[in-house]
Amino acid sequence: MTRAATWRTLLLLGAVAALEALCLAGVIDRITMQPPHKILIDLWRLLASGSLNRAIAKTLGNAAAAFAVAMALGVASGLVIHRFRRLRDTLDPLFATYYAIPVFAFYPLLIVLFGLGDAPQIFIGAMLGVVAVIVNTLNGLDRVPRVLLKTARVNRLSPLQTALQVTLPCAAPFILTGAKLAVAYSLIGIIGAEFIMSNGGMGYEISFAYTNFDNATMYPLIVLILLVSITINIVIARWEKRILARRGLA
Amino acid sequence: MRDVPTPLVLLRGGEKVFPPPGPSGRPVHALGPLDLELRRGEFFAVVGPSGCGKSTLLELIAGLSTASRGEVAFEGRPIRGEIPDGVGVVFQEDASFPWLTVRDNIAFGLKRLPLPADEKTRRIERALAMMGLASFAASYPAQLSGGMRQRVCIARTLVTEPKLILLDEPFGALDQQTRLLMGDEVLNLWRKTGATVFLITHALDEAAMLADRIGVMSARPGRLIDVVETGWPRDRDSRIVEEEAFGAITARLWRSLRAESMKSLGHAGAAA
Repeated sequence: MTRAATWRTLLLLGAVAALEALCLAGVIDRITMQPPHKILIDLWRLLASGSLNRAIAKTLGNAAAAFAVAMALGVASGLVIHRFRRLRDTLDPLFATYYAIPVFAFYPLLIVLFGLGDAPQIFIGAMLGVVAVIVNTLNGLDRVPRVLLKTARVNRLSPLQTALQVTLPCAAPFILTGAKLAVAYSLIGIIGAEFIMSNGGMGYEISFAYTNFDNATMYPLIVLILLVSITINIVIARWEKRILARRGLA
Repeated sequence: MRDVPTPLVLLRGGEKVFPPPGPSGRPVHALGPLDLELRRGEFFAVVGPSGCGKSTLLELIAGLSTASRGEVAFEGRPIRGEIPDGVGVVFQEDASFPWLTVRDNIAFGLKRLPLPADEKTRRIERALAMMGLASFAASYPAQLSGGMRQRVCIARTLVTEPKLILLDEPFGALDQQTRLLMGDEVLNLWRKTGATVFLITHALDEAAMLADRIGVMSARPGRLIDVVETGWPRDRDSRIVEEEAFGAITARLWRSLRAESMKSLGHAGAAA
């Protein structure tokens, strides 16, 4: 482990230890916060009992669907937008301001459009992530060396074959950067939507536990979401690092 | 085989004019008009001052770009912007795919060809061996030197067994010793495959050593101002540089090129 990584670990462990100490000493009262060790015990208990399995499955399933839609739509749009200069010039400023739009504000409209089921939630999750994927895909496609495109032409590849065999693999590290953001945005979108209006899922359970002062459920769920998000991010980052190492870039 | 009626490549009045770079600019007359004939099985080299349109000429022949005026024909059929089958190009820049291993890079060109799998494997193994890459088959390009990466690109072109191999200053980035040895390898390949080779280079000695005929191009817009026959035997290698004729050929190339090179450097009165 590098020195910086050691310090980083110590910093995080220190923060958790301080929280534990403050909770045990009663500086932070039990209605506000559980001591970290208790949260872990509760999390284990929750997972073992299986009482929240359906909520967890719903949230992760919807987040996975939102992520898949964001990736497929984002990469495909990136390829199309990259091919047409004028479309690119038109859309670029819109992408730049996209994250100034509070997508959640449109939730009532989405319910009218998609009904009350999972669809509007998946839509929000996907819409939050898709632009990050498009922007990063475009960034990657911009960096494909021209000589590789000429090589594709000399090999008489069709536009689709060129995309699948040359440009997308070449842009893969940038697309993975987009993927990391899309994971985070999908979870934010789904859980946020479950908070506002839903009758299931982890967001709904957290908000339900919150209104009932049920810290033994609320905190473990928050920690679980953190763990899921961080784990997926680490896996993608590892993958990215391996790709970059092959190219002598890491 | 030099008297086969149709030449492999025929360029008649080939010209390339690029549109103005900006709204206030003028069109750039990059090449021609230029007539050129590549005979089947010959090794043709082109030398010329920098910026004279050598690479543009190569792109016209490869079908990577369309002539503004004039006609380019491959095996008697006109090329208009589409890539003819049977043409392989090795570019000046590193064109290896960094995400593929050496073996997969070489296999890339074979994917589209309707060949049995064992024939593909055989060609890949032979190319790996011929280019001295056998022990690096599982490596990625980033682990190789620039010269080896260029050999990967040459191998990738070779496995498709093109009738015409276009080489755009493929050894430009290499040191002199490596260039001479790579030259030997190219000569070897040319002899073994029977392909026609069209080589662009800025090194006069490289052209004099490798080619059967050498085209000398003028400063931009590039035209052919001289075609030198070297008269080398087909069976030759880099030791040819010791021959007396080698010095004479190089000297003749330089005589034709000197004034043009000065023009391209902006010495206006140089031609006189």
